[in-house]
Amino acid sequence: MTFGDHLSERVEQVPPSGIRRFFELAEEVDDVISLGVGEPDFSAPWAARTAAIDSLERGKTSYTSNRGMRELREAISERVTRYGQEYDPEDEIIVTTGASEAVDLAFRAFVDQGDIVAIPQPSYISYTPGALFAGGEPLPVPTHAEDEFKLTPEALEAAGADEADVLVLCYPNNPTGAVMTDDELAGVAEFVREHDLIVLSDEIYADLRYEDDHASIATHPGMRERTIVFNGFSKAYAMTGLRLGYAMGPSEAIDAMNKVHQYAMLSAPTTAQYAALEALRSCDDAVEEMVNEYDRRRRFVLARFEEMGMDCFEAKGAFYVFPEVPDGDDEAFAEGLLEEQNVALVPGSVFGSGGEGHLRVSYATSMKELRVAMNRIEAYVRDT
Amino acid sequence: MDKRSLLDLLRRDARESVDDIARQLGADAEAVAAALEELEADGVVRGYQAVVDWDRVSDEHVRAQVEVDVELDRETGYEEIATRIARFPEVATLRLVSGDYDFFIEVEGESMHDVSNFVSERIAPIPEVTKTVTHFVMDSYKEEGIELGDGDDDDRLSVSP
Repeated sequence: MTFGDHLSERVEQVPPSGIRRFFELAEEVDDVISLGVGEPDFSAPWAARTAAIDSLERGKTSYTSNRGMRELREAISERVTRYGQEYDPEDEIIVTTGASEAVDLAFRAFVDQGDIVAIPQPSYISYTPGALFAGGEPLPVPTHAEDEFKLTPEALEAAGADEADVLVLCYPNNPTGAVMTDDELAGVAEFVREHDLIVLSDEIYADLRYEDDHASIATHPGMRERTIVFNGFSKAYAMTGLRLGYAMGPSEAIDAMNKVHQYAMLSAPTTAQYAALEALRSCDDAVEEMVNEYDRRRRFVLARFEEMGMDCFEAKGAFYVFPEVPDGDDEAFAEGLLEEQNVALVPGSVFGSGGEGHLRVSYATSMKELRVAMNRIEAYVRDT
Repeated sequence: MDKRSLLDLLRRDARESVDDIARQLGADAEAVAAALEELEADGVVRGYQAVVDWDRVSDEHVRAQVEVDVELDRETGYEEIATRIARFPEVATLRLVSGDYDFFIEVEGESMHDVSNFVSERIAPIPEVTKTVTHFVMDSYKEEGIELGDGDDDDRLSVSP
């Protein structure tokens, strides 16, 4: 007997991750400078870390309630008012093991066999497999460099998303760094209402916005009732390894997600919940400092690409920029750059249609390394 | 040119080139150079120094923090005393502080003998000085916002989603 004969169709249909392949290539190169990392180069604020340590010292190692500690849900409820979002800590918020778990819960709670899940591309690599695992049919919705990779009603129309049941949104965006303003979201909201979709809005990068404040589609008229918002502590608070996120939505939706969560996960990690509570209470300054640092690096990287003649729209969020490859072959560029200059980044095609011909460049690395990496990219572009 | 952003950046790394500063601030290099000159001319930026971990330098280097009590009279204020103390090249830092004593001095020298001699022969004899307490620095863990340990390796995966 071999397990190979027993793999579920759901799992087998999902191809291996393209990011994984690049990770393996990069691992073989010595002294690599990586602009391929999708997480902050900072550690979690010290106050949050000490809160986690304190909780361990006090023996807080039990489960929490399924939806997360009441105090934490209250602090989250209060926090998100800054994005114009209002959710009742009692029954409209669930704390999860990373925002990733929350997204997975939503797919499982709201996607039926054969339901169409519209996913703007290029996108974070988990949405399509997540939809497939839940039995849904992913529908790629390409977005375009000329729109600065924002989602437009025209792009939704062109992809046939009027037939979709679910729309996944992620702005500020991984991998492009694109953001959307309220005005731009209004058109998407109108499309969604008209065609009766529900929206899964991944807003994990909400705090990493450099030119303006975060805008959420959930705050648009008629959208709260049909939107689940995902957020978490990984990006803004540099807490990726603590695995803590949350989802917010109407109570009947959160109830359904909690039904899956209580059996699959029981509760999110308790230690991380204490860290998160402290993060919300006292770490605004630490976040501001990190945001300022990201912003300086963002401008530096954009300026360097401009100087070397590589087209790159002005990404205004997350910690990525998404330049165009001079000759259009992003995989060849990324592989060549790795081999010849020891700089790792991720070819855009890994993130789906619309990503090809581009590179995801993460500036979640020190200025010192960025400076060297950009010089090497310049040398590579010049020599090829 | 936002001077505060420029100062924040210089406080993190004053050795960055004007071009790199300009890129990070989204300004042009001439504007940055002009702002820098202005900050220096106005006395806002008084100098640029290295942050040194003296434990890693083989030469003997001793530092002490000295608390100084003074007694003022009608003719002599803090300013006069401070000016006199600040002129000594051994004094690296001089501040008037609130609390149990008046002046905080950081003294640097090549040996403990040098430093204690300096305090007893140059500071203590100043007529207004009534008391000094000298604390030799035994170890330093953080200077100017920079931790002096070995630091942590970047153990993130080299490529991740």
